[in-house]
Amino acid sequence: MNIKNKTLLLAAGFVILAGSGIQGYSATPGGKNYGTVQVVDTARSIAPYFIRATTKKKTPDPQGFIQRWLLLEPISKPNRSNTVFTDSYIRTAFTTEYFPNQFTVLPKDGEKVKVAEQELTWHALESTLFNVKLFRFAYGLRKPVYGVLFWAVTVVNSPQEMKNVRMAVGSNSASMWWLNGKEAVILSGDRRMVMDDCVSTRLTLNKGKNIIRGAVINGPGMSDFCVRFIDEKGAPIKDLTITVE
Amino acid sequence: MKIRIKIMGATALLTVWLAGTVTAQVGKPFIHDPSTIMECEGKYYTFGTGGGGLISEDGWTWNSGATRPGGGAAPDAIKIGDRYLIAYGATGGGLGGGHNGRILTMWNKTLDPKSPDFKFTEAVVVTSSDGIEDNDAIDPGLLLDPTDGRLWMTYGTYFGFIRLVELDPKTGKRVEGNKALDVAIDCEATTLMYRNGWYYLLGTHGTCCDGANSTYNIVVGRSRKVTGPYVDNMGREMLTGGGKMVLAAGGRVTGPGHFGLMDLGDGVQKMSCHYEADFDQGGRSVLGMRPLLWKNEWPVAGDNFKEGTYEIESERRGYALELVVDFVRMAGGMRGFGRNTDEPVKPVPSQELADVIKTWPTGNIGVRIGDYMFRPHQKWTITAAPDAGGYPGGPYYKIVIAGTDRALAATAEAEVITVPAFTGAPEQLWRIDQLIDGTYRIMPKVVPDSKEKLVLVSIGDSTPTLAKFDMNSDNSKWNFKTH
Repeated sequence: MNIKNKTLLLAAGFVILAGSGIQGYSATPGGKNYGTVQVVDTARSIAPYFIRATTKKKTPDPQGFIQRWLLLEPISKPNRSNTVFTDSYIRTAFTTEYFPNQFTVLPKDGEKVKVAEQELTWHALESTLFNVKLFRFAYGLRKPVYGVLFWAVTVVNSPQEMKNVRMAVGSNSASMWWLNGKEAVILSGDRRMVMDDCVSTRLTLNKGKNIIRGAVINGPGMSDFCVRFIDEKGAPIKDLTITVE
Repeated sequence: MKIRIKIMGATALLTVWLAGTVTAQVGKPFIHDPSTIMECEGKYYTFGTGGGGLISEDGWTWNSGATRPGGGAAPDAIKIGDRYLIAYGATGGGLGGGHNGRILTMWNKTLDPKSPDFKFTEAVVVTSSDGIEDNDAIDPGLLLDPTDGRLWMTYGTYFGFIRLVELDPKTGKRVEGNKALDVAIDCEATTLMYRNGWYYLLGTHGTCCDGANSTYNIVVGRSRKVTGPYVDNMGREMLTGGGKMVLAAGGRVTGPGHFGLMDLGDGVQKMSCHYEADFDQGGRSVLGMRPLLWKNEWPVAGDNFKEGTYEIESERRGYALELVVDFVRMAGGMRGFGRNTDEPVKPVPSQELADVIKTWPTGNIGVRIGDYMFRPHQKWTITAAPDAGGYPGGPYYKIVIAGTDRALAATAEAEVITVPAFTGAPEQLWRIDQLIDGTYRIMPKVVPDSKEKLVLVSIGDSTPTLAKFDMNSDNSKWNFKTH
């Protein structure tokens, strides 16, 4: 039972007692190296979940997940519950313009935008996990973690035109994703992040740059997402490079 | 054959007692996050969030009364030797806004609060979460590994990882030096079970605690090692959110969560859970019990038996249980070849009870198994017997020929007959359990003058009897078919 996941105590704000160091756990037994980190958090940080993005060649991980992203600090979007994220709600929430050129900008690391009274910064990061843990991103930056809306942008460079590929997304909670300016996937409802949860119709990756833009909304609970491209057989597409410019 | 069944009235009563829904537990089965059901000294127990729990005399009618100290949330229970180990989360998975969790264990010799032996040991903390890490230490689930006797516990919620730790089965304490392993994400209310070389990790996905709108559902992944990785039917690890559905909303209940295994032996397994909302019980959270089936080595919830009119088909050959009465031929015969195909097509009415019942004896009538021809002597109406109690997961049923009160009954000679009228006698009450392969076991509540537990069996293709159940024989298995 997770009361938190349905009854957000936003009034209490985000009061996590940092206190002493966090004990990290642990080795994943066998299988692939999914989601295990050693957390050391005497000074709050986005480590070990993220490192700063570099200009080094970056391909998707062995499962095809895209780990290099530009993430905007969370936009305040209070919601007491994730159950409000109906299709119409999130379509409205995600097509609202919060900052200029929201649907076209390819921001730079450190660039700032103004959203109402908030001044928010873009961060070029690489997730150390297959999934991008937005909760840890916000928490590490001492930003609100609940009742928030995140924007994410990345550039997928394809060596040739690839037809009939699909964008496969999992997110916590609801999210919406665009490829080269066109809506690709929408995940409505009180979602938990499951790889390949929602998959786009057949898409074409252009030769060269392709821009993915995503928005994730969350009330209470943790928030994260994972994105990869898969082929007609559902196999991951890894012959790509990922940049943030 | 000496018939010792009492015959109460010769006139067939054409009333069919309708129990309404009998798919949920009866009594006051109101609970959230039920622990695995334990049997103790002939009674059944389950504990829930908040400290209390339910007791049942028969596994079907449940009422409050179980007692557990410590409060908190979502306990689990397991019997080890002659003691019961209870694990519970002292916190509430976000209650109060934090994720500082603690899980404790404690022992008791009995679960009966009226017993002089009823005394919990002092609870000990076996794991915790600091409120920041990717884990919230609540929702424990226990497994005593049948292969080596080691005791494992999974725990956690949506706040980070589901983790696995090892406990000492003698003390209930954490094994010294044991480190938690991450085994899943994005689920809660987990537990483990073992079968045929596979370890299964059950988890609950979806939205908790939202009544009729709760999307809670139970999923599973499996591994050859208790330590994982746990993988679903698509090859997705539960560490990436994978999980194969075991049970979701249906009928008039939503939000099944908190899986618990109840292995009754002889191929009968039940799973317990709670439903977030039972629409027929005011939308309250109630205890649920379902048959647990296995398909391709994956567990899946069966459906509780539904009242209705059925062919009772023997798994042995596929013949149907029927009265020993004269077969009444229907008019007509085979239409000749070469006839005009433009002649109008007229439906042939089915044979009705009124067409044949006058040809039947009025006293006891024997039972056999024959070719199913959807005739009145082959159609059985099965309804919950009023005030007859039940057994884990179901009420006792009466089985009568459709449209009559002629009831299937066990005899002292361990045979089956029908009596002209249902009296409620225990030999006329039937327990129906769905087996793990999806077929059914049909068992009289009692066999007169016998203490043996016998079931309906096909001793020949066309001959039923009562005999000991054999899960490895199709003789012991039946299907209920609607046509």
